Amino acid sequence: MSIFVNGDTPVLCQGITGANGTFHTDQACIYGTRMVAGVTPGKGGTKWIGPQSKAELPVFDTVESAVQKTGAKASVIYVPAAFAGDAICEAASAGIQLIVCITEGIPILDMVRVKQTLARTGGRLIGPNCPGVITPGTGAQRRGCKIGIMPGYIHKPGRVGVVSRSGTLTYEAVWQLTSLKLGQSTCVGIGGDPVNGTQFVDVLKAFQNDPATDAVVMIGEIGGSMEEEAAEFVRSGQFTKPVVGFIAGTTAPPGKRMGHAGAIIAGGKGTAAEKVAALRAAGIAVAPNPSAIGTTMEKLLREREIYDRAANG
Amino acid sequence: MKIHEYQAKELLKRMGVPVPDGVVATSPEACGKAYEQLGSPVAVVKAQIHAGGRGKAGGVKLVKSAAEARAAGESILGKSLVTHQTGPEGRIVKTCWVEKGSAIDKEFYFGIALDRRLGLPVVMASSEGGMEIEEVAANHPEKILREAFEPSAGLWAFQARRLAYGVGIPGDLVNKAVKLLQSLAKAYVELDCSIAEINPLVTTKDGQVLALDAKINFDSNGLYRHPELAAYRDLNEEDPKEIEASKFDLSYIALDGNIGCMVNGAGLAMATMDTIQLHGGRPANFLDVGGGTTREKVAAAFKILVSDPHVKGILVNIFGGIAKCDMIAEGVVAAAREIQLRVPLVVRLEGTNVERGREILATSGLPITSAASLNEAAEKICNLIQTNNKSGSAR
Repeated sequence: MSIFVNGDTPVLCQGITGANGTFHTDQACIYGTRMVAGVTPGKGGTKWIGPQSKAELPVFDTVESAVQKTGAKASVIYVPAAFAGDAICEAASAGIQLIVCITEGIPILDMVRVKQTLARTGGRLIGPNCPGVITPGTGAQRRGCKIGIMPGYIHKPGRVGVVSRSGTLTYEAVWQLTSLKLGQSTCVGIGGDPVNGTQFVDVLKAFQNDPATDAVVMIGEIGGSMEEEAAEFVRSGQFTKPVVGFIAGTTAPPGKRMGHAGAIIAGGKGTAAEKVAALRAAGIAVAPNPSAIGTTMEKLLREREIYDRAANG
Repeated sequence: MKIHEYQAKELLKRMGVPVPDGVVATSPEACGKAYEQLGSPVAVVKAQIHAGGRGKAGGVKLVKSAAEARAAGESILGKSLVTHQTGPEGRIVKTCWVEKGSAIDKEFYFGIALDRRLGLPVVMASSEGGMEIEEVAANHPEKILREAFEPSAGLWAFQARRLAYGVGIPGDLVNKAVKLLQSLAKAYVELDCSIAEINPLVTTKDGQVLALDAKINFDSNGLYRHPELAAYRDLNEEDPKEIEASKFDLSYIALDGNIGCMVNGAGLAMATMDTIQLHGGRPANFLDVGGGTTREKVAAAFKILVSDPHVKGILVNIFGGIAKCDMIAEGVVAAAREIQLRVPLVVRLEGTNVERGREILATSGLPITSAASLNEAAEKICNLIQTNNKSGSAR
């Protein structure tokens, strides 16, 4: 089991003929993701061929036609920022259930408008400005599902869920888990923008309901109040599995946007200290430094006596 | 992107927000001339820098003659203005805005920012005009009124009325205030602002509602839609290293420590800074070379780091995913050779092609210290700097 996606999920790619779309769709095919179609307006009817994987995918002009012909349930978006909001809404209108938007730099007010459209159409958006979602491959028979730009090989199938606002910091945490033989059920990058589709609490809800997830690593950063909301969700008893937390940005100065559009301490709010305090108050094990995320999880699992199950996947 | 008060007022005026008449002046003589041009017995000379707290710092002066305006310009222009937002070094003032004095009756706060929780812009209003909204939020949260609005609908008149009556705008001026607030909301949406603030908004004894001060920040993601705003960028207000970094599409923020950092990914870059501090060091910067970086970007980033005279050591932390460690290592080695690196360098590589990357560093003949984890890397660079400091003071 897993959350949001598994090896059977049929995935299409919006912006497949661009450089990023081509490279990462090729990587996804190599990983074993069930890629079924590409969409680029104006290139419908052509065939996309993966440079390395040699996978062949039909390209459609619209998401709607791609869904009709291939039954795609998830979409990954690599289109430029100016058109990404439109691409998200197109996917949602076509009935795509899971929309993963990798694109960075979408105007904030575009995302405000996108969210209003999604409230009407339905469909879960992950991102934007995120590494994507991966459910590592589980055994020889079952393929994994890698939707996004994360390096596939650092992951290992298993029972720890990961959710994060960051990209490479997530890889760091995943690599530590994998090195400690703690595989992952699903890793979700929710993105670094101030207005995004999926919050920490949404992912925790899904992990709570997933019998194949034993524990969760949650990586937050300065800005906004998503970490505090997640802490409250845990504190109130709605999430009952062990959580290891980490918050990046203790040394970040106020009022400066730290790379991510959403990573900013505004009006003295959204500091790392506040977030760490909220996590601790909820009984979340906060890793003392980013190199200790894996070992903090290992320790926690041993304390709860579920390490062996988690490590043996 | 931030802009000056006078630029914000120019934009807001165009969008239908009433502002006092004023003139831009870049010399004391021009300040005097501006006073005459305005033809008002009382005028205000205001320093133009991208920071708040100008009034308390002496950057805003009331003048009653051309001579006084000239003297005010003399005392402000070309001088460093230190406010609670500039840091101790302050900002050199290059421009003044000379504005007609207003017969202020009452002062209010109005501002628009993004409410991340709602995913909507929200207008905030308070009767505490002139005070910073953070201060009001901390001490008197009940005095802040809020109205969220949808960009497509704009701020409805009833919402603006609720705010105007709520903060105590005199009844006969409420309609004027409503018009102003709706125009402000429209400007926020049409110009892709991240903050649009009028503090204070004033009512005057002659029955006007005016934006006495104005602050606008733009969402940099939306700037491509507004090429006309590029002219408002003031490079004088930016750190030269940040300007250089932006040319290479690198995300760089100058800090006041002495350990230069180069990292791929924003979250990992912040975590690297934090880990340095955990070991008693102080990061000199935030630098994200991007998740999928290139050799050229790495070299450019390296040069920016060493151009900072405060940097006494460098920590490179790369988790290679799409970016491969051997390519990063080549970039680091090439740059270190070219600039004849004189400060200790600790490199931590992990991820794709890490073995080849480590080998390139080890066989480069350069004094590069390798580290297996971020924690170890931070510890090593802090120790190296401390050792250098000791041997330096012994000499």
